[in-house]
Amino acid sequence: MSDTDMKVIKTSDLDLAFREEIMKEHGAEKLSMCFNCTGCTAGCTMAEHEPNYNIRQLLRMANLGMREELLNHPYLWNCTTCYKCQERCPQGVHNVDILLKIRTMAVHSGIMLDKHRKVAQLMANTGHAVPINDDNKEKRKKLGMGELPETVHKYPDALEEVHKIVRITGFDKLTEAQS
Amino acid sequence: MSELSFFLGCIAPNRYPGIEKATKIVMEELGVHLKELKGASCCPAPGVFRSFDKITWLALASRNVVLSEEMGVDLLTVCNGCFGSLVDANNQLKEDQDLRAEVNKILAEVGHEFKGTIRVRHIMEYLYDDVGVEKVKESIKYPVDLKIAVHYGCHLIKPSKERHLGSIENPTFFDELVEATGATSVMYKDKNACCGAGGGVRTSSLETALKLARAKIEHAQAAGVDCIVDACPFCHLQMDVGQTEIEKKFGDVFNMPIVHYSQLLGLGMGYTPQELGIDMNYVKNDEFIAKIEKIGGGN
Repeated sequence: MSDTDMKVIKTSDLDLAFREEIMKEHGAEKLSMCFNCTGCTAGCTMAEHEPNYNIRQLLRMANLGMREELLNHPYLWNCTTCYKCQERCPQGVHNVDILLKIRTMAVHSGIMLDKHRKVAQLMANTGHAVPINDDNKEKRKKLGMGELPETVHKYPDALEEVHKIVRITGFDKLTEAQS
Repeated sequence: MSELSFFLGCIAPNRYPGIEKATKIVMEELGVHLKELKGASCCPAPGVFRSFDKITWLALASRNVVLSEEMGVDLLTVCNGCFGSLVDANNQLKEDQDLRAEVNKILAEVGHEFKGTIRVRHIMEYLYDDVGVEKVKESIKYPVDLKIAVHYGCHLIKPSKERHLGSIENPTFFDELVEATGATSVMYKDKNACCGAGGGVRTSSLETALKLARAKIEHAQAAGVDCIVDACPFCHLQMDVGQTEIEKKFGDVFNMPIVHYSQLLGLGMGYTPQELGIDMNYVKNDEFIAKIEKIGGGN
């Protein structure tokens, strides 16, 4: 959805509890203080390259209580979390912290990109989001280093701790591939 | 000699081992001994894993911090993303007792407890604040005569409420440390812009992520630099591996060398590009390697 798409929003469809839910999160309390000045979007590096990504609009939708539209928003995952907008906001709104909370709500509603499920599972299984491979084992040896780094890669007991944590928090199930 | 634990993260040890090796070498030369942080995991990456589930992110991040607490030393990272995760998690758990109790319940199941006794340090702010620019300058045996585009990246300086590293619009500490090696930090357009990798964007929308990297590299090249220097293996991968992907997707060829600050410092201390793994980048630029081989006396 871009700024130019005209669509009637019925107040009866809005979910005001959504905003309250977001604002409970530490760091997200100032969501309602956004007065739509667009300083965030004007300076956004992502918006320069992908104009459909509009952080001001996402925050406006949050303030209006547009839960479903926001959790399923095609550009919800475009923020690189550079924090430029958060630093510049004249109202002190923590845009990025708020966006991360909305993303968490999406994931916990079962809305997650397949590529993100894959990287989540990779981390849950190996303890690394980017695990070692043969090419880099070779590079390590060539540099006179151990083939495996001193991380969970080398210590199975440590990896088991990671496995146990993701089981306790339910992260392994939360992010598993959908059939 | 000062001691710190060395938090490796994922990309340095598993994609750019030269960064890991260079860091150990240069810190030892500066009188800082790095102890292995055995059994550490992914930080885990702040934009993605924190997005997915905050408690999992906090539990895994704090486990890494706790491993260093148990050694009784502050933790050092050479990655902006790891710094973002670990500083934010460490600060949140130091400040919020309820959150700390919730996370400690999970950590207790794996035999740990978060106590909030250490600081998380990034190599750039550690060098600036604790080692000092003058001492870095004194460690240089062979001035590095290069024109450099400094890439601060994002999570080294932002969110500033968790960092306190001065101006986020016009920071200078990284430039000062680059110039301490004898190099020149060159101003370029949108110097503080993001590389495009973070927040899960490189994973979910590679082409969009690469547009940000391409702009970054284009602007650095237009300023006539020899290389881009960063302090984050994820930015490093995005700008180095990214160039091979940009060539495939958009047809642009830059051959821009990407160097981590630890590697730059190593050059000035007299180590070769091969010892520092600079020649192991995915973008091959023989001309640049030949140029920096001459820094240590030209043998």
